[in-house]
Amino acid sequence: MAATDSTAQTVKELERYKYGFETNIETELAPKGLNEDIIRFISAKKEEPEWLLEWRLKAYRQWLTMTEPTWANVHYPTIDFQDAHYYAAPRQKVAPKSLEEVDPELLRTYEKLGIPLREQEALAGVAVDAVFDSVSVATTYKKRLEEMGVIFCAISEAVKKYPDLVRRYLGSVVPPGDNFYACLNSAVFTDGSFVYVPKGLRCPMELSTYFRINEKNTGQFERTLIVCDDGAYVSYLEGCTAPQRDENQLHAAVVELVALDDAEIKYSTVQNWYPGDAKGKGGIYNFVTKRAACRGRNSKVMWTQVETGSAVTWKYPSCILQGENSVGEFYSVAITNNRQQADTGTKMIHIGKNTRSKIISKGISAGYSDQTYRGLVRIQPGADGARNFTQCDSLLIGDQCGAHTVPYIETKNPTARTEHEATASRISEDQLFYCLQRGLNPEDAVGLIVNGFCKEVLQTLPMEFAVEAQKLVAISLEGSVG
Amino acid sequence: MALIEIRNLHASVEGKDILKGVDLVIEPGKVHALMGPNGTGKSTLSNIIAGRDGYTITEGDILLNGQSLLEMEPQDRALAGIFLSFQYPVEIPGVATSTFLKAAINARRKAAGDGEIDAMEFLKLVKAKAKELGVRDDMLKRPVNVGFSGGEKKRAEVLQMALLNPRFAILDETDSGLDIDALKVVADGVNALRSPDRSFLVITHYQRLLSYIVPDVVHVFAGGRIVRTGGPELAQELEAKGYADYTGAAA
Ligand SMILES: Nc1ncnc2c1ncn2[C@@H]1O[C@H](COP(=O)(O)OP(=O)(O)O)[C@@H](O)[C@H]1O
Ligand SMILES: [Mg+2]
Repeated sequence: MAATDSTAQTVKELERYKYGFETNIETELAPKGLNEDIIRFISAKKEEPEWLLEWRLKAYRQWLTMTEPTWANVHYPTIDFQDAHYYAAPRQKVAPKSLEEVDPELLRTYEKLGIPLREQEALAGVAVDAVFDSVSVATTYKKRLEEMGVIFCAISEAVKKYPDLVRRYLGSVVPPGDNFYACLNSAVFTDGSFVYVPKGLRCPMELSTYFRINEKNTGQFERTLIVCDDGAYVSYLEGCTAPQRDENQLHAAVVELVALDDAEIKYSTVQNWYPGDAKGKGGIYNFVTKRAACRGRNSKVMWTQVETGSAVTWKYPSCILQGENSVGEFYSVAITNNRQQADTGTKMIHIGKNTRSKIISKGISAGYSDQTYRGLVRIQPGADGARNFTQCDSLLIGDQCGAHTVPYIETKNPTARTEHEATASRISEDQLFYCLQRGLNPEDAVGLIVNGFCKEVLQTLPMEFAVEAQKLVAISLEGSVG
Repeated sequence: MALIEIRNLHASVEGKDILKGVDLVIEPGKVHALMGPNGTGKSTLSNIIAGRDGYTITEGDILLNGQSLLEMEPQDRALAGIFLSFQYPVEIPGVATSTFLKAAINARRKAAGDGEIDAMEFLKLVKAKAKELGVRDDMLKRPVNVGFSGGEKKRAEVLQMALLNPRFAILDETDSGLDIDALKVVADGVNALRSPDRSFLVITHYQRLLSYIVPDVVHVFAGGRIVRTGGPELAQELEAKGYADYTGAAA
């Protein structure tokens, strides 16, 4: 490639991933490596109670006996877990008590990411918790929410302020030993959000956490816990970005949702971690365990995910439908381009009577990427009258990419009914030419067609984020045609 | 100068020769009709003018205002003023017709260095044109061509044409699938767009449409080229006698 071409290519890449900048800020790091002292270090930094330190250490000891899962259809070099920092936080003289005290450099970073944290500039109706590397740096509208009885804060803060709630629910949906990455997370998690919505309250604001990885050679271990008490409702959205780097970084999150009687949780993700460059160099390993327990009668959890980023994604937001008449829904758009790999899907475990689940998955593969939808629908013997509807559509762009669908259905109750539909298609030449003939350039045409393909999922996003998500869908596919 | 000039155009697809020396000159403001038996290459010609991939042009040239189109991408031809009303308009699931129209209008505005069209202005414009063409408002909300009847598809094509102001429009069997009322509405729409600097190539099988869109010139297309050219009376003759005289030319 001529030098000018490669420069042009670089510029194009930079434009494509506009969140790839790095914030220059003084950071406090834990020494590299992973051992019990590091865990004690993290726990001490967070000023945690003894029980939590014990909880972490127990998880760590269990993790040492586990091996990395290999069943997913993703390939990456072996991760050296000793070669990363497990704690990175912007150095602040005193912990900021209010937004006014937050380091302006951090405020500027979030502004650049399109997330103004000063309340007068912030999106009305959306409260934001901003997590930067291992710590939550700010949470907006906290006061207003508190007045209504909604707790929305960093999980590290919740551990101190609401220890009973945290202790009751932490690890109750994803136990520490659940799987290799969840176990690692339980040992070393740093920050994430805690949400509690009290009985009977429909939280009037969207709650949102914005995760940012900034420091190099670090992993981010997000831990989020959302509890909706009887009859409560909340809509929560998380966004994620990271600087553009040649090295791979690990984001191993655990998210637990608990919905009690008649409660409803809507959890949306717009995952836009740095995906690596066109040749597959760099990018985030996104190994995430997300699970919801629909514990109460008539409870409902709706997962919506728009997955466009990360070099490798391994993620199956699931619902345990325990309460009678509880409902689990999973809406997913996953886009892989260039050398990205994604193995993603959901699990719907029907335990209670008349539980219902719905799965709508739209996978788009382009470039040399590879994508797998992996889903499990399990109907337990007691789940009389359970229903599932699954629809998996994959769209291929070009002929170098892969799309696979692996649906498992296990029915142990004869009254249950499951329905599964799957399609695989390519963007047709006819559609593309039709758009070009109307004057659209190939990239806009693909963006439009793919947005149409994903519409059913995108329209489940909170309105404030739907437009951004549509743009993101188009941007992630740039360079995939022509 | 001619608006469109096609010179000795030869083209093949998958090794099969389809166009075998098409010559066609269309002056600004003129309406030409292209009539002929099925499977002789009329849609192929339209696609090639619009720049569709997959055809090999072995000889000849296509000029718009004296400039060759052959090296231009389809979207650039569209922006230069070429519009094709498709014989079989394609469905685009999930994309509202109005969203699609807005994208097409904005592509033109972007090329002209203008900002995106204001949402209210767009709505006013589309609704007015839609009304003229008997396109119901709810059709604008439905995904592009999805579940449209044959007639609705063709009306939607003409609506797009009316909104995009082409210099040269090709109507590829826009009349097929239309009942007589719809045919009149579509013809009125086309007639309303006739102007001294806009030209049309109306491809049709039947004389019927040409009673409403009266052409300046009529060509008979057979065997991959134009085999006869005349005035509107030629269409009448074809209606009476059929294409039997020309099917031999395909050999
Ligand atoms: N993509 C293609 N591949 C192979 N043959 C084609 C293709 N497109 C058109 N043809 C052939 O070219 C000939 C002309 O087709 P077409 O242009 O659609 O004719 P018309 O519009 O006059 O009915 C037909 O024999 C058709 O089968
Ligand atoms: Mg045809």
